[in-house]
Amino acid sequence: MTDISERGYAHAEMLVSTEWVAEHLNDPNVRIIESDEDLLLYASGHVPGAVEVDWTADLNDPLRRDYLNREGFEALASRIGITPETLCVFYGDKNNWWAAYALWVFHLFGHTNARIMDGGRLKWVQEGRPMTREMPAYPRTRYTAPERDDSVVRAFRDHVMQHVEARRPLIDVRSPAEFSGERLHMEDYPNEGALRGGHIPGARNVPWSRAVNPQDGTFKPAEELRLIYEDEHELSPDDDVIVYCRIGERSSHTWFVLRYLLGYEKVRNYDGSWTEWGNLVNVPIER
Amino acid sequence: MPEIPERLKELLADFSFVTSRSERAELLIELADRFEPVPSRIAVPPYPEDHRVQYCESEAYVWAEDQPGDSLKFYFAVENPQGLSAMAMAVILDETLSGAPVEQVAQVAPDIVLKIFGNDISMGKGQGLMGMVSVVQAEARRRLAN
Repeated sequence: MTDISERGYAHAEMLVSTEWVAEHLNDPNVRIIESDEDLLLYASGHVPGAVEVDWTADLNDPLRRDYLNREGFEALASRIGITPETLCVFYGDKNNWWAAYALWVFHLFGHTNARIMDGGRLKWVQEGRPMTREMPAYPRTRYTAPERDDSVVRAFRDHVMQHVEARRPLIDVRSPAEFSGERLHMEDYPNEGALRGGHIPGARNVPWSRAVNPQDGTFKPAEELRLIYEDEHELSPDDDVIVYCRIGERSSHTWFVLRYLLGYEKVRNYDGSWTEWGNLVNVPIER
Repeated sequence: MPEIPERLKELLADFSFVTSRSERAELLIELADRFEPVPSRIAVPPYPEDHRVQYCESEAYVWAEDQPGDSLKFYFAVENPQGLSAMAMAVILDETLSGAPVEQVAQVAPDIVLKIFGNDISMGKGQGLMGMVSVVQAEARRRLAN
């Protein structure tokens, strides 16, 4: 894979390489953060000095279906020993799917001083770089965060309905089987099912993983990404785009691709996603 | 005959005493470390799709071999080298259900995944792991039907 700076990204600075991370393991201005889909991975070994931010335990409100509030984010930031000036570098499994999600949530609190390690955990391991089971301990900080701002990168169902009515672009990043409604959810699963299958009318189906090279988890160059999103699916950089999946996690990966790698100014992630839309009464559904 | 295989009952009891996320992870990582992929006398890659677990993003495969005395021996492959949870689940299913009476194995509910991994497991992961239980359960039911 070519160097990040040669791939034509609008904001190449939002990605760092594994080499860069290796050189900044002891940089006090940098915090390496692992966010995984597989809950065992971090404890089984991680980049030396990396802390873990877990989706369920750290980023969600324990009661409401929502993200943590300002106080919760301040507590999280203090626990992992960061200040608003700390450069947070996220990485994880599944081609950085959960890393992108955590970075997106940090954006809700204005912590945009954040990067993704290109290739994530897979590339780091493939390159034989060091891993440790040692849990780092950083002094707690006093982090003062602004109130969570949902207006810039987050969309709610009313915004999506307006989008549908105005025929503005929606990208459904789920698998084709989920998009078609053939696969809904697993029976007996208690938490996250949907009563109806299909997709939001007008949405285009671009599975999130198309943006990465499966061999090493790195992001595809801008030219290849444009072929997918612009030539195949007719998006344009000045579009107002809403992305969604099942609960907003895979779509945060596509949000990152459109917002930073292709430089779209207005991209929002609908985290209610199919588990909200597929359960709403009297909303339009397409199959 | 009890409804749940004895070794599975013991394992679920062990997990019922887990009090922290890190303790649960340590237990499961120890299990995953014991994972051994399906032997070549049973299957070699590329593995056939009809043995693949639906919904499992770690690309898990399951085989069942007849054993004397109304039981089965289960084998697993996990193609994702980072699929530690799937490996742990494979070890659990092999160590607690291989050799158990098929009548009992056929009754094992997929929601044991929640008792082992915790209720806050993500939907995608839960689906895949429950899918592994469902395949094992289906193999036992097939054996009973024959």
